[in-house]
Amino acid sequence: MADEVTLLDFWASPFGMRVRLALSLKGISYSYQEQDLRNKTPLLLKSNPVHKKIPVLIHNGNPISESLIIVQYIDEAWPTPSPLLPTDPYDRARARFWADLVDKKVYDCGRRLWASKSEGDRDIAKAEFFECFKLLESELGERRFFGGEELGLVDVGFLPFWTWFRVYEEFGGFRVGDEFPKVMEWVERCLEVEKVREALVDPGKVYEFVVQMRRKVFGLD
Amino acid sequence: MGKLKVIGMWASPFAIRPRIALTLKSIDYEYFEENLRAKSDLLLKSNPVHKKVPVLLDGDRPICESLVILQYIDEQWTSGPSILPSDPYDRAIARFWAAYVEDKFFSALSGMLKAQSEEAKAEALGQTKEGLELLEKALKDCGKGGAFYGGEGIGYVDITFGSYLGWVRALEIMGEVKLLDEEKTPGLVGWAERFCSHEAVKNVMPEAEKLIEYAKKVFL
Repeated sequence: MADEVTLLDFWASPFGMRVRLALSLKGISYSYQEQDLRNKTPLLLKSNPVHKKIPVLIHNGNPISESLIIVQYIDEAWPTPSPLLPTDPYDRARARFWADLVDKKVYDCGRRLWASKSEGDRDIAKAEFFECFKLLESELGERRFFGGEELGLVDVGFLPFWTWFRVYEEFGGFRVGDEFPKVMEWVERCLEVEKVREALVDPGKVYEFVVQMRRKVFGLD
Repeated sequence: MGKLKVIGMWASPFAIRPRIALTLKSIDYEYFEENLRAKSDLLLKSNPVHKKVPVLLDGDRPICESLVILQYIDEQWTSGPSILPSDPYDRAIARFWAAYVEDKFFSALSGMLKAQSEEAKAEALGQTKEGLELLEKALKDCGKGGAFYGGEGIGYVDITFGSYLGWVRALEIMGEVKLLDEEKTPGLVGWAERFCSHEAVKNVMPEAEKLIEYAKKVFL
């Protein structure tokens, strides 16, 4: 029976990109449906009635929401190729812990960097952002990827934020490469993988989008 | 390989979760009660990132974050009842509801506890009731007719959500409100009774009266 896979997503969403990465790494064909978040489709509202958010993966009519839950679902429904979690329970727990940390910290701190109206708020966000990146660098250590020799759950969870680095840098007043060279080296290794590049959007376009959004939605310049 | 240790705190809904799971699987462990205002070296060394309970120590390897711990317990000890279902879609649904409880429901409950103004209290109460109605519906969907979200036996969502029941009762008494309601959430009323009286739960679920005393000291 042929699998029917649909992804409801928004192009600039790092959460959506996590799902695109997982699908790409595993070579899964799917139908991508771009959503207008100010004018949500009946399909999105029906598929994620609780949160009404993207991404949503619909597999043979069954909707799954929440990006890391979707990624783990993809890994369990299509265990090969590219398994995203190791087999040992302790290593799996370690991966889930760090993916959870990325989830709790990166988007939130990043958002406070570009959406804050006060310099004070921005400084606090920057300090927390730096703390988080320091922890992630330390966790990566000397490994090729967080997943070891191949990309894993933490790589998939963290990498999409690279497309937002320029946003964080411009509004935060720092360069990720200067402060966190190991993170940039990890990003470069990830980008050498063709399937990874296919799933990510152009950081320049993300930056333009955020500049527009700050102006129109937040009244910031 | 050393013994299994759980570092917890009696009033923390997060910290009772690993204890429920280990008891469910008939696994012995040593329990360490933590004083959160004077954290032990063991805790700070085992969870340097968050410095929070619970921590599960398997030998000298720490596992942190209660939901990560639940999955670890389920995967490390495969004999005994399963905590997560085996079908990938059912697992995704269980994870979804656990995440909902952790995020939306927890902030509504916290709101009830910490609200200062009447307005804030009313808002938090409204959000909590809304959340409970969603969770009432989810019980039917996940449980597939069984006694629990996990079906016939308690599972991932039961443990995640059920661990808040001591606090739910405490908030009912403190706020003089009914949160679990025979009319609006009859399924949850029955489920809560079954969960709290379960062998794996009854010895670790904190009593509402003790939580009220604790809340008065710490929050109010």
